[in-house]
Amino acid sequence: MAIISSAFAAEGEQTTHESVGAGEAHHEGAFPPFQTENFAPQIFWLVIIFGLLYVLMSRIALPRVGGIIENRGAKIAADLGAARDMQSKAQAAAAANDENLRRRREEAQSIGRDAQHRIAAETARQRAVAESEAGEKIRAADERIASAKTTTLANVEQIAVDAAAAIVEKLTGAKIDQSALAKDGATSSH
Amino acid sequence: MNPEEAAAKPNPIEQFELHRLWPFEINGVETSFTNASLFMLLAALGVVALMVLATSKKAIVPGRVQAMAEMLYEFVAGMVRQTAGTEGMKFFPFVFTLFSFILIANLIGLVPYTYSVTSQIVVTFAFAVVVISLVVLYGLYRHGFGFLKLFVPHGVPLPVLVVLVPIEIISFLSRPVSLSVRLFANILAGHITLAVFGGFVVMLLGAGVWAALAPIPLLAIVALYALELLVACLQAFVFSVLTCVYLNDAIHPGH
Repeated sequence: MAIISSAFAAEGEQTTHESVGAGEAHHEGAFPPFQTENFAPQIFWLVIIFGLLYVLMSRIALPRVGGIIENRGAKIAADLGAARDMQSKAQAAAAANDENLRRRREEAQSIGRDAQHRIAAETARQRAVAESEAGEKIRAADERIASAKTTTLANVEQIAVDAAAAIVEKLTGAKIDQSALAKDGATSSH
Repeated sequence: MNPEEAAAKPNPIEQFELHRLWPFEINGVETSFTNASLFMLLAALGVVALMVLATSKKAIVPGRVQAMAEMLYEFVAGMVRQTAGTEGMKFFPFVFTLFSFILIANLIGLVPYTYSVTSQIVVTFAFAVVVISLVVLYGLYRHGFGFLKLFVPHGVPLPVLVVLVPIEIISFLSRPVSLSVRLFANILAGHITLAVFGGFVVMLLGAGVWAALAPIPLLAIVALYALELLVACLQAFVFSVLTCVYLNDAIHPGH
């Protein structure tokens, strides 16, 4: 490095000798980046400025930006977690709701079924009562009919016997014993 | 050449000249505040504006500039982690400062009438010396003499080592030179080329009929300028990636 720069400085000197009368001799001719007298001020200020920049970056800027990025990551993760929680809660609520609905529907169905059964039973009972009452009445009526029939039949026999006795009396003038006439049954049924 | 002629002719080297804005010296060493120092300061202020002022709100949802600062942070952090490993992250502030300073200095230098800080070999060489000193000092502090394993590749037979070790040493010693010259030469060459083409435009305009051709070098300047934007970013990147690679050598000296 030193060799290179001194070589260039030498070259610079030569060229300045050639350009006689030029104002700032060392600024003309020589290639500025290789002029050794330019090195010290640049290094001096570079060290100060770059050093300060390094301190600012490592102490303030980079921890801050790193913190921002980390915070954002944490926030996103937390939000996602919360969202996932909410979602699972919502799903649980929906499941509970579905379950509830199903239970209520079943209940309603069973109530309906019960009512149906109860009504059917009641109807059946009432019909049975009505039927038995009606049967009773029918039976009583039958009995009444039967008794009326027997009475009537007995009366018919008596009338026939009386009529027969009256006919015999009229014809023969003889009194006939009624019991003899009614011998074959009508009386016996009494 | 006489001064009048020199003034009339466009001089592509003029842009690299140092002007003492505030001349003074300390203990006989010249420490004048120059135009180069001014633009170093501007580059540093640019970095501070981006990284400190724009992030002062610490917004969860970043604005444009804060997003830029975060992108720069994550870009450099990713680069350091990939190249030098997790242990290399202790050098992250240094690499970040280096990268952002060089990047902003390069970009500011592309604005007309400004000064390119990195077009001075002494600046880039100072950076390279800091990087290499850091590598050597950290390597020795971390591994002691084990750091010298850097020059002895693994699993190489002895006769080959006799040749290989000097090569490794030479390659290590040439690192600061290549590191500094790469950045310096790229920026310098780009600015000279731009100035030369600018000179063509001026000369053609002053050459009568030939002025009709003046737009051609102007278009070339536009194209070159785009290239120089790329170079400005790329060289800042290359410089810091190589810094990471060298730091990686200091952290893991056995190849």
